[in-house]
Amino acid sequence: MLYGLCFLLFTIGLYCVVVKKNMVKIVLGIMIMEYAVNLFLIMLGYRLGGVAPIVDQPQLEPGTQQLTAGFLSRCVDPLPQALVLTAIVISLGSLALMISICVRIYGKYHTFDITEIRRLRG
Amino acid sequence: MSIPLPLFVAVPLATAFFLPLLGRRGKKAATLLANLATGSLLAFAILSIGNQGVYQVGKWPIPLGINLVLDGLSALLLLSIGVVSAAAMLFSVRYMEQYTAKAKYLSLFLLMVAGMNGVVLSGDIFNLFVFLEIASIASYALVAFGCGAEELEASFKYMVLGSVGSILVLFAIALTYGNTGSLNMAHISVAIQNFGLNAGLAFALSLFIAGFALKAALVPFHAWLPDAHPSAPAPISAMLSGVLIKALGVYALMRVVFNVFGVSLPVAWILISLGIVSMIVGAFLALGQWDFKRLLAYSSISQLGYVVLGIGLGGLIISRGGNLTWASLAFLGALLHLINHSVYKSLLFLTSGSVEMSTGTRQLQQMGGLAGKLPVTRATCMVASASIAGVPPFSGFWSKLIMVIAAVQAHFIWVAAIIVFVSVCTLIMYLKVQRYVFLGDLPDSLRNIKEERGSMVVAMVVLAILCVCMGLLVIIPTLKINILDPAVKALIDGLGYSARVISMGSM
Repeated sequence: MLYGLCFLLFTIGLYCVVVKKNMVKIVLGIMIMEYAVNLFLIMLGYRLGGVAPIVDQPQLEPGTQQLTAGFLSRCVDPLPQALVLTAIVISLGSLALMISICVRIYGKYHTFDITEIRRLRG
Repeated sequence: MSIPLPLFVAVPLATAFFLPLLGRRGKKAATLLANLATGSLLAFAILSIGNQGVYQVGKWPIPLGINLVLDGLSALLLLSIGVVSAAAMLFSVRYMEQYTAKAKYLSLFLLMVAGMNGVVLSGDIFNLFVFLEIASIASYALVAFGCGAEELEASFKYMVLGSVGSILVLFAIALTYGNTGSLNMAHISVAIQNFGLNAGLAFALSLFIAGFALKAALVPFHAWLPDAHPSAPAPISAMLSGVLIKALGVYALMRVVFNVFGVSLPVAWILISLGIVSMIVGAFLALGQWDFKRLLAYSSISQLGYVVLGIGLGGLIISRGGNLTWASLAFLGALLHLINHSVYKSLLFLTSGSVEMSTGTRQLQQMGGLAGKLPVTRATCMVASASIAGVPPFSGFWSKLIMVIAAVQAHFIWVAAIIVFVSVCTLIMYLKVQRYVFLGDLPDSLRNIKEERGSMVVAMVVLAILCVCMGLLVIIPTLKINILDPAVKALIDGLGYSARVISMGSM
């Protein structure tokens, strides 16, 4: 169910990229797709009522074996969170570049409408 | 001799961050340093031919840590990235004087090289995505480097489609991780062999194919390429067409399809049809172009179709349980065509840059009779055109011949016929270039032009010599065994990749 909503968000972003005529809206559509994928990654690793995957000194005392079995069944998978952090940084980089190119295009063509920005064809 | 694998990424990355520090006055030093960096990368790539190895970043064993894997396929790609980037860098020494902010250009260039080397070496699927994004973002910025209206427009188009491709790849990575619980390619492959493909993984595979095909500009996904490649400065067009679409698109596609998921009948058919459609559509669209660089860009799509077709053909033969000799012949043809194309297409883009710099135009109809004015450009362009059209004994002939033999032996006569037909179209296309640029009457406006001397000429001549000599790669056995055969073996082995990486990693 939640995954379905996530996919819905993804398709909204894709719709936005394909249909919208305004450059800034296209950029927003790309970002919506990016967030949908990030959300999906987070949900993959999340567990309702789980604990943070951090081990304290007192927890280690009963012995590693016991700890891991009990711990693994309760803790949240930390890997997707690390991936999402990386993906957010990357998308920040491309977002900054995209917006700055939009601004430069506006300076050249005085419009954000992609149907009017058509010097390249063929 | 084995080179520490992280150097392939670390050298260009470190140089890229150091160059802007040199400031305005250090332009000469920056150019020299950048050339040293690409030159040393080429040397590393040559030294690592025939080696295999796994490097575990931070000594963490896989699957806990990230690993870099060097095998035949990676070594082949590293070599072609090294050759093309060294030549393009040499060409930009003089060519980029027309632009301001040369130091920024050089560092973006090196970032792109670092990203490509990383993609080729990475053994971790998320790491592959990170390097893919480094290379793509640098290339978006480089396409817009001129900051003219058309460059910006092309860059925006490229960026939108490129970002969608990256997001599809990230989505596929998330699905793969959710279904196999690993990000390491070798371990994903083991999990898939043990439990088979479920619906989620099949969806992930189709997303991977779509994402990488967007990066490789195969035909239904090609809309950005004919705008982006001509708009970039000439050495960057050479890099984009020569190696970027191959490293980010075709290489990643091969790695994921053959070594991680394992090739199957439907996937092989998808690759074959993508290849054939790209070949034919690209060639027809190129025939009608009057802009020199745009023609070259469309022809890149068509030539990349050859590579994907050859790979798909090999995959089809393997998945049908056919004769492995013909499958490896198809792979051999495809991989040889890949490196051939990276050499002659980058040479063609460099010559187009030389012509554009002298005449100030890219329109074929406004040129003519330049043969006397630009003798070296003319000669190198001739060699490259002959190679791409497949005139013996130039390089393109051998790769096409091998693919035709493989197709006939595997009883795909119609595929062989299409290969020959598109080859004829390519010949017509490049005769048109020769006719309109170098032959005919010299327009009055171009009476006083002269050819650039120095590093630009050196870069073009080196690539032209390589074009002539590429045929030796298949004729001389030692070269073939050391350079091409390990790469073919990496594809033929398919899922054996995982066992090899895991055993090398535990050593």
